[in-house]
This record gives sequence, structure tokens and C-alpha cells, in this order.
Amino acid sequence: MSKLVITDLHVTVDTEDGPKEILKGVTLTIKEGETHAIMGPNGSGKSTLAYSIAGHPKYTITGGSVTLDGQDVLSLSVDERARAGLFLAMQYPVEVPGVSVSNFLRTAKTAIDGEAPKLRTWVKDVNGALERLNLDPSFGTRSVNEGFSGGEKKRHEIAQLELLDPKVAVLDETDSGLDIDALKIVAEGVNRFREREGKGVLLITHYTRILRYIEPDYVHVFVDGKVAESGGKELADQLEAEGYDRYLSAAR
Amino acid sequence: MTVTTDSVRSALEQEPAPAKVESHLHPAGSFDVADHEVPTGREEIWRFTPLKRLKGLHADAEFMRSATSCTWNTPEGVRIEGVSGDEARALRGLSGLVPNTRWAARVLAEVPASLLIDVPADTEVPEPIVVDLDGEDVSVTEAGHVAMRFGAHSKAIVVLNHTGSSTIAAVVEIAVGDGADVTVVSIQDWADDAVHLSHHQARVGRDATYKHAAISFGGDLVRMDANVTYDGPGGSAELLGLYFADAGQHIEHRIFADHTAPRTKSHAVYKGALQGEKAHTVWVGNVLIRKVAEGIETYEENRNLVLTDGCQADSIPNLEIETGEIEGAGHASATARFDDNQLFYLQSRGVSEQEAQRLVVHGFFNDLIRQVGVPSIEDRLLTTVEAELAKNVLKDVGSLAAFGSDD
Ligand SMILES: Nc1ncnc2c1ncn2[C@@H]1O[C@H](COP(=O)(O)OP(=O)(O)O)[C@@H](O)[C@H]1O
Ligand SMILES: [Mg+2]
Repeated sequence: MSKLVITDLHVTVDTEDGPKEILKGVTLTIKEGETHAIMGPNGSGKSTLAYSIAGHPKYTITGGSVTLDGQDVLSLSVDERARAGLFLAMQYPVEVPGVSVSNFLRTAKTAIDGEAPKLRTWVKDVNGALERLNLDPSFGTRSVNEGFSGGEKKRHEIAQLELLDPKVAVLDETDSGLDIDALKIVAEGVNRFREREGKGVLLITHYTRILRYIEPDYVHVFVDGKVAESGGKELADQLEAEGYDRYLSAAR
Repeated sequence: MTVTTDSVRSALEQEPAPAKVESHLHPAGSFDVADHEVPTGREEIWRFTPLKRLKGLHADAEFMRSATSCTWNTPEGVRIEGVSGDEARALRGLSGLVPNTRWAARVLAEVPASLLIDVPADTEVPEPIVVDLDGEDVSVTEAGHVAMRFGAHSKAIVVLNHTGSSTIAAVVEIAVGDGADVTVVSIQDWADDAVHLSHHQARVGRDATYKHAAISFGGDLVRMDANVTYDGPGGSAELLGLYFADAGQHIEHRIFADHTAPRTKSHAVYKGALQGEKAHTVWVGNVLIRKVAEGIETYEENRNLVLTDGCQADSIPNLEIETGEIEGAGHASATARFDDNQLFYLQSRGVSEQEAQRLVVHGFFNDLIRQVGVPSIEDRLLTTVEAELAKNVLKDVGSLAAFGSDD
């Protein structure tokens, strides 16, 4: 089972002029096996939503709730959330100099599972995941994200998704900055994850392009810190044709 | 005991005097102790050092009979022994050192014996030469002189390994022959109460490669000056440093790459971590590019990672350029706390905060440990970093996953 329920979520960030409200009451439920796409213009608060679910210290929750299978997510630390089954593929994956990808992956897997993975199968799993994402096995010895191209960083995020096997994955603009080949590789990775039993996906994107490869069950238009409209995948086609203008003028 | 240094001085006076340099950071040298006043602490070269804790080493503390045991291995083809009398005297100034402090002048003038490490020309020493210095009595103020002579086209690694409790002033002189390839590692893994004042002076021969690594973990006060001059064009010096200061510790590293010859290189990387109340580190990176030193390349970098409140890291790169004809010169200096985004990234993969911090610190030092390039001490350095982390960052963590065992 995996059910992520976001209810009336309000979030602020600290600015020089005091706290600024970014999320203004987000309500969303992702049931098991469902893929929800969140589409919205730049600055609408999509990353803020992703980071708030994952627990980034920069964001302050001022109201609402987030639960995963009934468990209060907001009271958990960042690592506890990950161990509870949440995964965030970041828009801008972070470089960690001097920490090798293989050491990082093994440390993460050990933390998530509560025990070290079996060495024999693990090495195979890692190499397989890297290969499927078109990353050379030599990435294992490189420092995490350091010197990776934009596309390599994104593919590395999806390799982690495959290996860490969360319940719910939040993908923050994993598609942006990818050429068409890389986009297909990433989409295939996400689709392999979706084929697993009972997984939820929250796919955040600015463009409709990726939705041709990852077919969502629901599409939500995100404007000015909240969901402006929800619908099926036909909503994406409508956005493709009309853009966000209609929603933006409504928000002003 | 006092020995005269006349022979040394007259030998040096026959060499052409180097062009005089106006620089407050590089006071003129002299072998005569009387030429050096006892420092007050206001001098540029002393302003960070807590003189009170030096137990008089910087001034006129008696150099007593040593309470620090000194043992070593002797790989084939190498001569290592304690020498005294004329032979010891002849080694003073071997590196071109003309003392610019009272204490170093005293060491050269007063210490009766020298430890000589002599590697003949064209000799490739098959294993590291390891000298273990183990202090037994911190109440004994003492001094030592080490002379390393590497013949032309020789290749060797020397590790000076300091443990236990000492109050010691040490001058280490290193002469790297033309075309030689030499690594000198000095590990300060002292007990908490040790006081160690040292000056490592190297003269790098024509087309020679010299690597110096200063690694400081223990001691109440550790100060090391690691200096380099060049004997001819084409010499290259890599100056590495790794330090980890705990509560109350003062660890000070100064380097001075004095580009005295054209087309020489210096590359310095010092990295430190600090933790605990009043942990204090100092890094001063002096680079002087003299008029003759055309076509040189220099880069120096110091990074400090502050792990807890109450620490202080001073970091001062200082580049003085007297010629316009240089290939490249740069420096970087940064002191930072843990990067929230790095920790968040690791934690978002299920890794606990402490484990994330541990990964980041190991990552911070990893490249540097590899750059030291002495496999036999790599594991030990990783273990020591781990032990340092255990004092603070990891104090509540019970078990640790194996680190560094990348398959
Ligand atoms: N530290 C900050 N100070 C002020 N505004 C911020 C800060 N961080 C984020 N914001 C604002 O929050 C809004 C939402 O940002 P973000 O969640 O990154 O949007 P999106 O991912 O949809 O492009 C933006 O308008 C951004 O400028
Ligand atoms: Mg964003």
C-alpha cells in the first residue's frame, strides 16, 4: 500500500523582509499505482512543494498536513521520511565532493533497508541500474554528481529511484534540460518503477513533452502556490495548446 | 651545548647573495642567535601563535637531553644515522636555510647531533623510510635537527611519525638533488599535551619533484613552517596539508614557496576540519615570485570545514610578485560550515544526519589523502579521521558502516 495525502499545505520561506508564503493551501491525494502530473509556470511553487514533502530545512510549514499511509510525514526528519518510503528526484541534484557514487548508493541502500545489501547481488544491481540509464559503470568511482552533465545528474537520480525502491517518488522537473534521447531513457526508468506493485508518482514538470512518454492518470495545474485545476491527461493537451496564461491572469 | 657555526657561515658567504627582498613576512635571516630578539607575539610571523603555550621554545628554554625516542628502518642503499661533531655541523644550512627566528638559529647552533638521512644519487629507495618519534616526557623541553640529503635522480619517500608527549623544537632540512623525486610526510599524531614547533626547509634541485605533506591531528600546540626554495629551473613542489583541530588545540601551518628560479612550480593544498570550543587553526600561505623567477606557476588553496560552534580558522593566502612574466598564479581560501544542501541530499536518501556529516568530512579529505600518495599511510589517515569524527560528529552513533572500502 502507498498513499500520499497532502491536505491544505501552507509553506513559507524566510526572506529579508520576513516570511513569504509560497504554498497557499495545497490539497492532493496520490493513491497507490497512480501517477499525478503537476504542471505549472516557473515560480509557482512546484519545487517548494517537492522540498516541503521531503523536509528541506529552508521551508517552514505553517499549516496543513502530509501523510504517507496514514503516518504523519511532517513530524519526521528528512532521513526518516526517506526510510518511510519517500523519494525526491531533485531538480538540481547536489554535488558531494570526495564521496564516490558506489559508496553513496551502498550507504543509502543500507540506511533504507536497515541492513547492508548482499554484496554479490548489489554490485550487479548497481551496474544494471547504471547501465539501464546509460551511465558508464565508471560512474561508480566518481564523486556524487561532481562534474556530471545536467543530463547525467538526472539519470543518476533515476538510477537511485530504481535501486532505493521507495513507495512514492516525487520527480521535480526531471525532464528539464534533457535532450530527446536522455528524456526517453529517463522516462523508461520511471515507467519501470511504475510497473512495480503499488507505486505512486508525483511528476512535476514545466513542459508537456515528458507526458508523451510517461502517461499520467491525473494532471493538476499549479499556479501561485496551489492547485488551480485538476483533470485527466486531456488537461495536459489543453495546456499544450493554450499555455498557462489563462490561469496566470486569473491568479492576478 | 653550543657549537660554532662559523664554518657554515663562511661556506654560505661564498655563494652569491640572493637579491634582497623587502617583505615584512620574510625577515632577514642570520645564523647568529644574538641577531634574533625574543619574539613578543606582535611580529607578523608570530601574531597568531599563543607564545605562552610554547613553554619557552620560541625564546630561551633550555634544550634538554631528549626524552623523545627516535627509531627508523633502513631500506637498502640508504644511510640513516645520528651524527655529531663536525659532521653534524656541516649539515646545518644544508637546505639553504638561514634562520629567520631565534629558535631556529638556536637549534642550528646548539643542538649537538643531527639525524642524517642520506640517499645517494640514482638510488630508488624501494620502501618508505619511516622515522618514529615517540615523546615520553612533556616536561622536557628539547630540540632536534634532521638533515635529509637526496642525491641527483634519486627517488624516496620519508615519513616522520610523531606520537606521544613532547615539548620539541625541530628543524628539518631537506636537499633535493637535481632530477630527484622526493616525498616527505610529517604526521603530527601527538598526545593532547604535546608542543611542537617545527621548520621544514627544502631546497629543490633543477627539474626535481618534491612533495611535502603536513598532517596534524594531535598536540596542544603544533606549528609548522614548510618552506621551499629552488636551486635551478624546472623544479616542482607540491605542499599538502591535512589537519583536524579539537577543543583547545592550536594548529598552525605556514608555507613559503620562494620562487628563486625560473620555470619552477608550487602547488599547495591544505585542508582542515575544526571541532569543539576554542579549536584554532591558522594557515598562512606565502608565495614569493622573485624577479628571476620568470615563467613560474603557482597555486595555493586552503579550505576549512567548521564542524561545531566555538572554533576559529584563520586563513591567509599571501602572494608577492616581483616579475610580470609568470605562467600562472592563483589562490583560493574558504572556510565553511556543513553545506545544508549536501546534508539534505544525503539525508533525503535515508542517511542519518550524523552519517551524512561523516560522509561529507571523509569526502572533504579523501582526495587529499590520495594525493599524499603513500598507500601504507592512507588507511591510517582514514582511521584517524574517523577517530577524530568520533569525538564530536559521531559521538552518539553506535555502529559505523565500513568506509572507504569501495569495491
Ligand atoms: N529564499 C527565498 N526568498 C524569496 N523568495 C523565494 C525564496 N525561495 C523561493 N522563493 C520564491 O518562491 C517561489 C516558488 O519557487 P519554486 O518553488 O522554486 O518554484 P517553481 O519550482 O515552481 O519554479 C518563487 O517565486 C521564488 O522566487
Ligand atoms: Mg522548480
